[in-house]
Amino acid sequence: MALLSCKDLTLGYDGHPVLSDVSFTVSEGDYLCIVGENGSGKSTLMKTILGLQKPLRGTITFGEGLRQNQIGYLPQQTAVQRDFPATVQEIVLSGCQARLGRRPFYSREDKAIARRNLERMELLPLMNRCYRELSGGQQQRVLLARALCAAGKLLVLDEPVAGLDPLVTAEMYSLIRNLNRKDGITVIMVSHDLAAAVQEASHILHVGQHLFFGTREEYLNSDLAGVFFSLKGGEPA
Amino acid sequence: MIETIGTYLQFPFVRYALIVGVLIALCSSLLGVTLVLKRFSFIGDGLSHVAFGAIAIASVLHLSDNMLFVMPVTVLCAVLLLKTGQNTRIKGDAAIAMISVGALALGYLLMHLFSVSSNLSGDVCSTLFGSTSILTLTRSEVWLCVVLSLAVVAIFIFFYHRIFAVTFDENFARAAGTRVEACNLLIAVIVAVIIVLAMNLVGSLLISALIIFPAMSAMRLFRSFKSVTIFSAVLSVFCALAGLLISIVAGTPVGSTIVAADIAAFLICSVLARLLGRSVS
Ligand SMILES: Nc1ncnc2c1ncn2[C@@H]1O[C@H](COP(=O)(O)OP(=O)(O)OP(=O)(O)O)[C@@H](O)[C@H]1O
Ligand SMILES: [Mg+2]
Repeated sequence: MALLSCKDLTLGYDGHPVLSDVSFTVSEGDYLCIVGENGSGKSTLMKTILGLQKPLRGTITFGEGLRQNQIGYLPQQTAVQRDFPATVQEIVLSGCQARLGRRPFYSREDKAIARRNLERMELLPLMNRCYRELSGGQQQRVLLARALCAAGKLLVLDEPVAGLDPLVTAEMYSLIRNLNRKDGITVIMVSHDLAAAVQEASHILHVGQHLFFGTREEYLNSDLAGVFFSLKGGEPA
Repeated sequence: MIETIGTYLQFPFVRYALIVGVLIALCSSLLGVTLVLKRFSFIGDGLSHVAFGAIAIASVLHLSDNMLFVMPVTVLCAVLLLKTGQNTRIKGDAAIAMISVGALALGYLLMHLFSVSSNLSGDVCSTLFGSTSILTLTRSEVWLCVVLSLAVVAIFIFFYHRIFAVTFDENFARAAGTRVEACNLLIAVIVAVIIVLAMNLVGSLLISALIIFPAMSAMRLFRSFKSVTIFSAVLSVFCALAGLLISIVAGTPVGSTIVAADIAAFLICSVLARLLGRSVS
């Protein structure tokens, strides 16, 4: 059963398309990697899936049991957050805001959810630390924990490993892999790291001049990947 | 010193001034952190000038109750400024600069052309720097101020978590279904109300100081959003009280004395932050 299906999407700003005629479906348990050059519209696609902006053309349908505000979102980092005075716990708890409804305060249940996700991301020792004093990798883990508070079934990650060193990147990938394999959470991830994408993902969406959507095996056999890897002069790990 | 203050406290107008001063200081500090972090502090600045223009019009029209005219005008401008600020076509900050400087100039022009008062520069000065109006409050003005401030505090507490969410990450909040535009609107309207209230205390030119200094001081020392908010409220109330008492005893202008106290507190907090190296959480 498809969790999310996008049909003939054209995306853009002020009527100017940046990405045309994209179609793909995501089923439960999938791990979809979106790859493409800078400025090819990956973040725009993410924002459209999340309902932050409207597609110029085309439709997005959600499968049964998934509402748009139940998607866990890890955005590309913004400047405001760099000097924001807030503790790790306050930020992770804010992932529960969709559950607030009309209530002004978080319930004990919300706090328990936040705590569980802090634990899951191995953040309990850092719980009362200030966000701006953490390393880049720790900050990404905090934002991932926040996304998990919001996510029932689907996580949407916009470049979760940008700016991280190789070791921390590998840790981050393994955390995400566990969420996908062990907890059955569907993952959509934007990445610049093609080698990691074909290693981690079950499906690949390539946007830009050439469009491609399919499983990773299909992608590896396609011309697109061939060109890419011969350019890089290497084989996928 | 204590005795002098004791004698002064027997006058009702001094008690009124203290009550109103504390409440306004409390309200104005609450949204400081949000305004600073969302780069909204210029909206506060622009609005205070708009409020000055509105007061000029009200006094030219000989309205019996300034507040009834100034409040809606300022709230309306807050909404307009927010909308233009989000519009990518018109430069938001340029629009704000135009509105605020325009209101200032036209306000003064109006007062100059139509004023019947013999002491025009005194009037203008007290509107800009709030020199005496805090000491001439009537009972009903005090009540209005009490009711509005309590409403601001209640609304802030009620929406605390949403304000936090929208300040930290608008996109995430929007994706989670929080009504970000409504929250921003609420913030702008609260700021407008606070500015009109605070005109009585420090005058329209100094309001931004009341909003920004306590938040900046607290951000030096504290690291959680909650402790920053609480500390800036406490600090702001303390500085307002200190400033008011000093100005009453020493005969200095109320508004600038309070702001001077805020500046001193900011310097002390900066030094403390240096000394402690790291910060308490
Ligand atoms: N708010 C906006 N208004 C107008 N155009 C925009 C806006 N945001 C992005 N664009 C344009 O849309 C195009 C796609 O941007 P997008 O951020 O989706 O790229 P991306 O694939 O995520 O790039 P990166 O890999 O650098 O993150 C770019 O050409 C960009 O200039
Ligand atoms: Mg991007």
